[in-house]
Amino acid sequence: MSLVNIHEVHKYYGDLHVLKGINLNIKAGEVISIIGRSGSGKSTLLRCMNGLEKYQKGGITVDGKEVTTEEIQVRILARSVGMIFQSFNLFPHLTVGENIMLAPTIVLKKSKQEAQETAKAMLDKVGLADKFDSFPEKLSGGQQQRVAIARALAMNPKVLLCDEITSALDPELVGDVLKVLEQLAKEGMTLVLVTHEMNFARDVGDRVVFMHQGKVWEEGPAKEVFANPQTDELKNFVNSVL
Amino acid sequence: MLDFAALLPYSHVFIHGLITTVEISLLATVLGLVLGVTFAVARQYGATWLSRVVNVYVELIRNTPFIVQLFFIFFGLPSIGFKLSAWEAGTIAMVVNLAAYSTEIIRAGLASTPKGQWEAGKVLGLSFKQTLFRVVIIPAIEKIYPALTSQCIIVMLGSAVLSQISVQDLTYAANFVQSRNFRSFESYLVTAFLYLFLAILMRKAFNLIGKRLFSYRAER
Repeated sequence: MSLVNIHEVHKYYGDLHVLKGINLNIKAGEVISIIGRSGSGKSTLLRCMNGLEKYQKGGITVDGKEVTTEEIQVRILARSVGMIFQSFNLFPHLTVGENIMLAPTIVLKKSKQEAQETAKAMLDKVGLADKFDSFPEKLSGGQQQRVAIARALAMNPKVLLCDEITSALDPELVGDVLKVLEQLAKEGMTLVLVTHEMNFARDVGDRVVFMHQGKVWEEGPAKEVFANPQTDELKNFVNSVL
Repeated sequence: MLDFAALLPYSHVFIHGLITTVEISLLATVLGLVLGVTFAVARQYGATWLSRVVNVYVELIRNTPFIVQLFFIFFGLPSIGFKLSAWEAGTIAMVVNLAAYSTEIIRAGLASTPKGQWEAGKVLGLSFKQTLFRVVIIPAIEKIYPALTSQCIIVMLGSAVLSQISVQDLTYAANFVQSRNFRSFESYLVTAFLYLFLAILMRKAFNLIGKRLFSYRAER
């Protein structure tokens, strides 16, 4: 049984048909990179996986739970699915520590002490143990994104969705964030990444999904997809980005 | 010849007026802001009908003179059985007035919240209420805090109008004193300075509260 099951998912924005029958299964521990040109529907697909976006047809389950956009269901899903955004979305009025502890204390009802221990452990994991009491605006983009990862991890998710999480970073800061992801992959975390980091997708990812015009155009083991693209669209795409 | 000493025998009248103005303004500010936050949330996130009701209230108050609102509450409402003292009517009028203006200001702050803050709350499993009160509200108020401060000061200064329904506030005191000793220049000049002093004090207080509330910015 796969951790994430996506079956014949269709999504429309009014008349615009953005996802045209997506089928995708993701096993626990897999690292999946979703690549494609902008407008191909890859971010939309990711956002359908935890109820941030509605889909009109088909079905998605994660960890056996049906994905809908109802508040109750989204909150239940949040316990299994973590998400990291391109724009970090840290809470500016809370310290790094408070950012990480907020959801564990009020959603998982952990004691403050327990939440603090988890927060410190997660910060340590992303290499920012010394930033516990800093406010987000004092951190660099790369540090903020790593705090966002720590915040997601503190909820102990089964799968982590990453929505172009290095796209807003200065090039020299991208490496630190990717290193954290690589470490997570090694520890067996299930990762679904919408990404433009092709080298990362090829070298760390297990599987690559190439989306084009709202469809899964091609998919396969990461190294194979890049070395031996089957369709002209993927060939063109790979040539244009590598 | 100007003679400020002529005011001295009436100092207790001024002090009494000053205290009344401070009392009513303080109460109106606190209640007005609490209602303002509540109405702003209802206006921005409430059901369509609720949002419309709040909007009608806000526009009604913002597009009619304060003194007419005051007269309506004090002279008009008794006709349908609501008898209020001048003090009560004046305070209610100020609360109703500030609540309407602050609703619109705070709503603007809420509306400027980046979508990502809501989404971050959502994917962490926070409910709408938890996200609103733990995540959204403080930065939202921070954005409009200067405008909110000014509005509260405007309403405090506007309390001068309450003297028209015989609330014994600072302006009432000035009217009273100059009618006794005919020193209108001195009387109103001193009163003006007392209002100025109150306004400066109020701005200082707001700045102090702001510094605590938004300490994450002071850290720079």
